[in-house]
This record gives sequence, C-alpha cells and structure tokens, in this order.
Amino acid sequence: MKGKRLIWLLPLLLFAGLVALMANHLGAPQQQVIKSHMVGKPLAEFALEGVAGAPGLALVDLKGGGPVLVNIFASWCLPCAVEAPQLQALKDRGATIHGIALRDEPADVAGFLARHGNPFTRIGQDPGGRMMLAFGASGVPETYVVDAQGVIRYQHLGEIRAEHVDLLMAELEKAK
Amino acid sequence: MIPELGHLALWLAASFALLQAAAPSIGLWKRDEALAALARPAALAQALLTLGAFAALTWAFWVSDFSVKLVAANSHSQKPDLYRFTGVWANHEGSLLLWVLVMALAGAAVALVPTALGERFRVRVLSVQAFVSLGFFAFLLLASNPFERLVPAPTEGQGLNPLLQDPGLAFHPPLLYAGYVGLSVAFAFAVAGMLENAVGPAWARATRPWVAGAWALLTLGIALGSFWAYYELGWGGWWFWDPVENAALMPWLAATALLHSIAVVMKRDALRAWTLLLAVAAFSLSMMGTFIVRSGLLTSVHAFAVDPTRGLFLMLLMALYIGGALTIYALAAGRVAEGRQFALVSRESALVANNLLMSAMLGVVLVGTLYPMALEAAGGAQISVGPPYFNRTTLPMLFVAAVLMGIAPWLGWRRSGTGHLAARLLPAGVAATGIVILALLLFGIRGIGALLGFAAAAWLGVASLSILLRRGVTLNIAGMAVAHLGVAVSILGATASGALQQEALVAMRVGDAIEMGPWRAELKDVRPVAGPNWTAIEATLDVQRNGRPVATLKPQSRMFVAPPQETTEAGRAGWWGGELYSVLGKPDGSGRWQIHLWVKPLVRLIWWGGLLMAFGGLLALGGKLRLPSRVRTVAQEAVA
Repeated sequence: MKGKRLIWLLPLLLFAGLVALMANHLGAPQQQVIKSHMVGKPLAEFALEGVAGAPGLALVDLKGGGPVLVNIFASWCLPCAVEAPQLQALKDRGATIHGIALRDEPADVAGFLARHGNPFTRIGQDPGGRMMLAFGASGVPETYVVDAQGVIRYQHLGEIRAEHVDLLMAELEKAK
Repeated sequence: MIPELGHLALWLAASFALLQAAAPSIGLWKRDEALAALARPAALAQALLTLGAFAALTWAFWVSDFSVKLVAANSHSQKPDLYRFTGVWANHEGSLLLWVLVMALAGAAVALVPTALGERFRVRVLSVQAFVSLGFFAFLLLASNPFERLVPAPTEGQGLNPLLQDPGLAFHPPLLYAGYVGLSVAFAFAVAGMLENAVGPAWARATRPWVAGAWALLTLGIALGSFWAYYELGWGGWWFWDPVENAALMPWLAATALLHSIAVVMKRDALRAWTLLLAVAAFSLSMMGTFIVRSGLLTSVHAFAVDPTRGLFLMLLMALYIGGALTIYALAAGRVAEGRQFALVSRESALVANNLLMSAMLGVVLVGTLYPMALEAAGGAQISVGPPYFNRTTLPMLFVAAVLMGIAPWLGWRRSGTGHLAARLLPAGVAATGIVILALLLFGIRGIGALLGFAAAAWLGVASLSILLRRGVTLNIAGMAVAHLGVAVSILGATASGALQQEALVAMRVGDAIEMGPWRAELKDVRPVAGPNWTAIEATLDVQRNGRPVATLKPQSRMFVAPPQETTEAGRAGWWGGELYSVLGKPDGSGRWQIHLWVKPLVRLIWWGGLLMAFGGLLALGGKLRLPSRVRTVAQEAVA
C-alpha cells in the first residue's frame, strides 16, 4: 500500500522539479555570456568543403590575412536569419566574414543564403558539427574574431543585433 | 470614461468569481444548499461583466483611444479595420482579458447546460473553475491592467507588429485560447470528480464533449498557426519545432490522449486514474505553454515582451493550480484507480497503445523544449534543439500510431477476435501496397521515410473511409473516422510536399525565365506597390506547365510604416492540392533579383487534414445520433 501511494505522488514530484527548474531560470538574463574555453588559443588544423557555390574553409584561409569573422550558422536556426542584416552591415563596413554551415544540407544552405543574403567570403560545410568543438561553440549562431595567426580572439554568442555591430568592428580592430 | 467602466466591470467580474469559488466550497461543507446554489447566478454575472470589460477595451481600440496605454503601444490610426479589432488580443494584456472572457463564457455554459451528474457536482465544477479564473483575474488586475491610462496621451500609436497583421494570425490566438479554456473545463470536471468521488462512465459522458470541443478548436488553432507560418514567414516550411509551436502542440497531444482514454472510462469504466491525470495534464500543459510563451523563458522567433515580474506571477499561479490539482490527485487517485480488466487484444488495449504513443511523443517534445533550459540550469551551455531531433523521434511513433489507428476501430471492447480483421483491412492493405508501388515506379521515390509515409496515409485513409461507409454509423464513430481520415490526409500532404517538392533559387532579370521539370517561370515585372500601411516591391512571375500558363505569382518584399519593419509576402498560387510558392529576395545591384521558387505538390492537404480532424471532433459531439441514411447512400454511390 505504501509503495502504491508513492506512485500517485509521482506526478506532483515531477511537477515540483519542473517548477524549481523554471524558477531558477526565470530571473536569468536571456543572453548569458558563456566564454568559449578556446578564446585566446590557436585553432587546430581543419579543412572543410565548400557549399552553395562558395569556396570551402580551412585553417590556412584564416591565417596570413587580417583578422576575420567566422560565423557559425545553420539554415534551421531562426536567430541566424535574424542576424543576417547585421552580418551584411559588418561586411559593408569592410569586415571579411567566413561561414561555417552547421549540420545542414547543401540545398538548405543555398536556400537560406538566397533568402537572407550571403555576406560570406568562404563557407565551410560541417555536417557532423565537429567545428563546434574546435571553436568551443555551444550553439548557433556564434561569431568569432580570428586573428592572422589563427588564434581566436573574441567570441560573440547568439545572434548579432544592431547594437553589436560597432562592438564587433572594435574587436576586429583590436585583433590587428 | 468607457475604459474606466471596463476596468470597473473587470473588478466586479473578479468579485463574482470570488463568490462563485467560495459559495459552493462553504455551502457544500456546511450543507447549506442555498448558499452553494449561488454559484450559478454568480457564473452568469461574471460572464456578462467580463463581456462588458472586453467590449470596453474593443471600443478603445476601435476608436483609437491612445490615452489608453495598451492601445497606444499596440495600435495605429492607419491600421486596417480588421487589425484595429484583432489588435485587442494581439498583445499580452488583451490576450489575458480574452482568456478570462472565454473562461467566463465556459462557466456560464456549465451553469446553463443540463447535467446528469446532479446539482452538487455542477456547483463543485463551477467552484473549481472560478478558483482558476480568480488567479487570472488577479494577474490581470494587479500585474497587467489593460485599461491603464497614459498621460499625456500621444497623438499616434506605435502600431502592431506587421507579422501579426494577417487574417491567419488574427484568429489563431482566440482559437487556441478557446481550446485551452475548454481543457480548463475538463480540468475542473476532473478535480470536481476527485473531490466528489464521482469518476465513472457518467462523469466521462459529461466531460467528453468539452474535451472533444476543446480538441477540435486546438486542432484548428494549430493548423491556422502552421498555415500562417507557412505563407507569412516565407521560409517555405510549415512546422519549425519552435518552442512556441511546441507549447501549443503539447496540450494538443495530451488532449488527444485524453479524448481516447475518456472513451474507455465511458464504455468500460477502466483507466480512471490515468484519465484523471491526463485531464489535469492537458490543462496544466496549456498553462505551462502560455507561461513559457509569455514569460520569455525560452527564446523563440515568436518572442513576446519579456517581463520577469509577470513571469513570476504566472509561475506562482501555475504552481498553485497544477500543484493543487496534483496533490488532490495523489490523495484521491488510489480511491478511483480500480477499474475493470480487459484482454490484450481489445479496443481498450488499442486505446492504451494510443495513449502510450501520444504520451511518448509528448515526453519527447517536452524534453526537447525544456532540455536547453535544464542544461543551462545545470551550469551547461546554451544550446538549441533543432528539427532533426524532433523529426527522428516523433515520426516513427506517428507511423506506428497511423498503423494502429487503421486497426483499432475494428476491434471489439473487452476481448476481441481477430478473424474478421483480415477481410476488413484488405482494402487498406491493397491501397497501401498500391501507393508504394506507384511512388516507386511512377515518381521514382526511393526514400524509405517517404514510402512509409505514403503507405501510412493510404492505409489509414482507406481504413477510415471504409468505417464511414458502414451501415448505422453513429455520429460518434463517424467523427472518429473523419478525424482519422484527417490525420491520413495530413500525412499524405506532408509526405508528398516533402518528397516531391521541387525548388529553384535563381537571380534573374526582368524577362528571364527558369525551367524546373515541366515548370517554367518567367519574371515579367518588378515594381513598387502601396497598401494601407505599407509599401512593397512586387515581382510578377508568369508560370507555365508544359507550355500552358497556369498561374501568376506576385511575391512581395513589404516595408511596413508603423512600426517600420520589413516582411516577405510569399507569392502563392494553388495547383490541384499543391502550391507554387515564391519568395522575392534582394536585388544584387546589377538589375537581377533573387527569386526562390518552390513547387509543393499536395501541400494544402496538410491543413485540409487539420480541418477534417477538427470537423471530426465536432461531429463526435453528436454522440449516439446516427448518420442520416441518405448521406450514406450518396457516399456509397460516390465511391462505387
């Protein structure tokens, strides 16, 4: 009998856990900054195939030039669509932006770029998501400032909003 | 003046809700029947007053009274009439007012509709309902007053989010809310049933119409929302597994399970405790969904204003009601649990299988929706769960459910033979095999998922049709068969539009054409057009199939004036059950325009299926009435 009573309590207990979880989360800011452990470290060797007509992306492409932006995006990620105008604005202001298409189909990437514009110089295709580890990314979209030595200098989490454009331009400048 | 009257009416309605909640509680406890009976007039008064408050707010929106803060923040004098009206509920405060209004109307219905369960049970239900409304009244009056004034009043409002200025979305929230509130009545019946120890076939018969009605409205609301996302967002898809979509899907899944398990209580007086839990869960998930959406707990495209104080208030309400109901459940479920037994092969066990599948899908969606939050709470990273997770987990379950749905209606209650099944299901089996062969040979489809989707649609569709064509079908059975047919139609639409879709993405100059299989689209013209509160660039695409003109598409890129925001309006044209769908992108600076063109065969069936499902739910309200024989004959002739 005792054991049976406990079964009827189960829904209540589960719900209590859920409430605790939500209460814990409620006050939390929407966009917490979780630093990638890779910031300040050099990127490991990688070479990704191109997608949607764009040339692929490899570590050698990041080295040697000026500091560049690397944007991790996916066609199934809605904030990625939201940040598209800001990426374009960054490009218009002279930033070089490379893209990494995460866990995506080539046709979907092409569709996404057609709808939201293509600010990317190179786009690497990452069907397995291993670049998430390489960059220490925790989600999409994320944008990184990578300097001419291939070292990650800055990480931007979540979508780039209009107010972040100046910030990223300044970070690019700092990485020179 | 009128907003103040509305505010007063709202306070009065809240006090009647208090009376409606308290009088039966005290009356039934002190055995004072006259006191308990006050609940009925109180419910009617509450409904009238809430209606008055809603009318007052509607008036403020209609005449663009910008001295009301809510109107100033969400309306604009240039807005078309329809959206000045729907603007009433296209915001936080107004939508809550709509919620309490629908709830009060449901209360009035409970007070007026004759009941077989007795007066005592009726006032108990009204009391539970009023307890729930009371919380929402408090939230509305204390934390989100829709009638708040703005001094000094601005001369112009800030306008309504352009994405919401659309007939599809205008009626999406009221439908969903009506569905949620219908589930709140089932919730009140469940809690009252536990308090009064009255859970049984009679209870199930009284509760079921509310569940069926709520389910039908939810189905309509979700279908409309999906249709809106399809044509307004310009992404070419129709379901995105966004947290806000999931928030509406979860109560729907629970309600679907409830609708099936309550039939078992009704017919066989089994599964009582489980059914009660589902009734509590269905409304709890509705509240939780609203809470998640309104509190900004999860990030989503649908992002609503984020306000932690309001979130806290809503969460306390939710904890109070759901926690209270689950406490009562923990105390009472042991008492009601004993139901009758049934054999492994029987209608009951098929319905249990349905319940397990629905609950599993519910669990999968719940986990997928909340996991990012849980991970973050545990100190992990911020992530988002994408469509691949949901598709891989829910689609196989949906397939199994579709196969079972074809068989279950042919099984008898308690213990069923299986000898008749082969003959009954022969047409469905033939249809499923036929469609697979057709897909393989004629359309060259090789994807196993698509083939299974076609097979499931044909199997379930034909099995449901053959139930409709039997003699002496009650409206209840017909409703079930129509709803199942709707599922089959939706599966067919989703599978076909996915597997046979053709897509082209090109940059073209005016005069250029693209070819895609038998289709040819020519860009005739790109020019500016103006609407009441927007201007747009509109492309004109002439589409031919095998050299014959079939449609002209006019996709737009729209710029709204207030608030300034750009939206894409897909240019669409119907073609059989399918659609030609086009989106106008950016110019490339050298006179070429990006055009995205899709051919989506049978895509409209997805929403037609949703309509059929909802219609089936409404038909089932007819209960044991029989389908007029003339309809049957006509239908039989049509098939023959």
